[in-house]
Amino acid sequence: MQDVFKLGGHEFHSRFILGSGKYDLKLIKAAVEQGGAEIITLAVRRANTKQSESVLDYIPKGVTLLPNTSGARTADEAARIARLARAMGCGDFVKIEIMRDSKYLLPDNEETIKATEMLVKEGFIVLPYMYPDLYAARRLQEAGAAAVMPLAAPIGSNRGLETRAFIQILIDEIDLPIIVDAGIGKPSQACEAMEMGSAAIMANTAIATAGDVPAMAAAFKNAIEAGRTAYLAGLGRTLPRGASASDPLTGFLH
Amino acid sequence: MNEENQIYFIDSDQLPPAALERKHRLENDPSSRTDIMAYLPGQQVLESDIKDRVIAAMDAYQPEAYTDADVRRALASDRCTVTDFQALLSPAAAPYLEKMARRAELETQRHFGNTVYLFTPLYIANYCQNYCVYCGFNCYNNIARRKLNPAEIEHEMKVIADSGMEEVLILTGESRLQSDVPYIGDAIKTARKYFRNIGVEIYPLNVDEYKFLHECGCDYVTVFQETYDRVKYEQLHLLGHKRVWPYRFDAQERALMGGMRGAGFSALLGLSDWHRDAFASAYHVYLINRKYPHAELSLSCPRLRPIVNNGRINPRDVGERELCQILCAYRIFLPFVGITVSSRESATFRNGIAKICATKISAGVSTGIGDHEAKYTGTEEKDTGDEQFEIQDGRSIKTMYRDMQNGGLQPVLNDYLYL
Repeated sequence: MQDVFKLGGHEFHSRFILGSGKYDLKLIKAAVEQGGAEIITLAVRRANTKQSESVLDYIPKGVTLLPNTSGARTADEAARIARLARAMGCGDFVKIEIMRDSKYLLPDNEETIKATEMLVKEGFIVLPYMYPDLYAARRLQEAGAAAVMPLAAPIGSNRGLETRAFIQILIDEIDLPIIVDAGIGKPSQACEAMEMGSAAIMANTAIATAGDVPAMAAAFKNAIEAGRTAYLAGLGRTLPRGASASDPLTGFLH
Repeated sequence: MNEENQIYFIDSDQLPPAALERKHRLENDPSSRTDIMAYLPGQQVLESDIKDRVIAAMDAYQPEAYTDADVRRALASDRCTVTDFQALLSPAAAPYLEKMARRAELETQRHFGNTVYLFTPLYIANYCQNYCVYCGFNCYNNIARRKLNPAEIEHEMKVIADSGMEEVLILTGESRLQSDVPYIGDAIKTARKYFRNIGVEIYPLNVDEYKFLHECGCDYVTVFQETYDRVKYEQLHLLGHKRVWPYRFDAQERALMGGMRGAGFSALLGLSDWHRDAFASAYHVYLINRKYPHAELSLSCPRLRPIVNNGRINPRDVGERELCQILCAYRIFLPFVGITVSSRESATFRNGIAKICATKISAGVSTGIGDHEAKYTGTEEKDTGDEQFEIQDGRSIKTMYRDMQNGGLQPVLNDYLYL
């Protein structure tokens, strides 16, 4: 049976999404060709250029664009960027990024919830980037988000699943795809997030800053697939000590 | 009195005797000068403790007190504390320049990838009401003065935009009389037609004036404090509204309160002790970031340059190695801030520093008035205004773009939306 990743009424086969932080042609090519990425995020502000080598020209055909609202500091600003993206022909997907912190670039959950409510009403497929807080995730779900995108660690930090326990809670409690975004620094961390039941992984810096970009893109593809397969297979028991008793302890019960 | 500043003093034979006499009195008699801590009428006073905190920290900073071990500890640590930063700026860090550069490069890549932003400054007027002794625009310097009219401004912008540039920094001399706020606002509105990203580097304003310029389409304000050393500041800024040190200090805060997205900071290196000035500049940014965490902040690193009528002005003890040390320390302490390196520096230095820690580089630069067409096309200059200082790196946008690409960097012309 084929494992399909459903997102906002669309179907994808790859669970690797390329983030937009550090963009260049080589990275996008590697992500699509070696990483198998079918979704690539695009910072609308970065596409707002007359530059001869526009980022939009880098995006290969058949790839779904996920415009993001980076640069927005409020829900209203995010909504304006989303509308601009739609007008530019980027489709209905939008990743909400609202940061009011230029040092860590941490998302503002409160404004993100407001923006999600506004943009869902306008017919967008809304993917909010958020700090993994259960209450915020529930409100995003109620607001009609198509997925929830909790951060694993501060963006660009390559520090891995520092918010592991809280992401696991979202996976367990929220009936939406959980896409782990930001902070994933190694394929092994992507694999672990997938084993936990994440629906997809967004990565950028880890690949962009690798010594061999195409090879790292391939490594992420394999790690994400391995983690997904392990999740679907059901992870085996890890026993604290000794072997499993063959006779059930409760055998005396009728 | 004021002996070490003699290098700056140039008399024009065009000055009337009374003006010359006043100039000399200002230069030599401190009692003839106003109190730099006293605000002028109309200058907004902010209730902000950042000034006092910067002054206190700068006064307490003893660059010579740091040792080799302090520097090694700073470089070994994941996070750079204020004390670590002080160690990295100290003389003890000088032998560690290569190690600092490696660390700075890592931080730059983590936060900015391999991108480098390109912009160009556009001077629209060079009238000035201040006497800042090191500046080519100072009111006693006999230079060709010009103020572009709206049509000329539009023409200059068109020439620059045709070269491919998408970000412009609008500059004026500091004259409220000649270049008033509505005049600057009109220039910003015109710039909106030709550029995606507009900043200003003009005399400091009140919050409501910054708000007005923001509504015209500007989002970034740069104000150089020149020196954080108030004694030296008093000796170098002898006349005009710029003499008011605290009003200038709070300019970035007022700009952010007026709705600007970002603000730029700097000392002019070479005016005073560079360790302390570099420390104060970055500590100023650090405190503004803590108070306005959403703001996009940047640091520049101008060194003194020769000016029209005074070729002797130089950055004194701030050589390229010292400048590199300062910039690496900035990057390690404040990995998230933009670092701008201007055409005051050589092409070789700028190519090198862009790989380590600079995130923004100017290209196609003229610090004169109304001469972009002549400089870009090689046509004859006519009726232009003189330059603020001599530049070292005159590369065109095209050449800069190519040189950055050849250096493994990705030149970016815009990454910004006016919201």
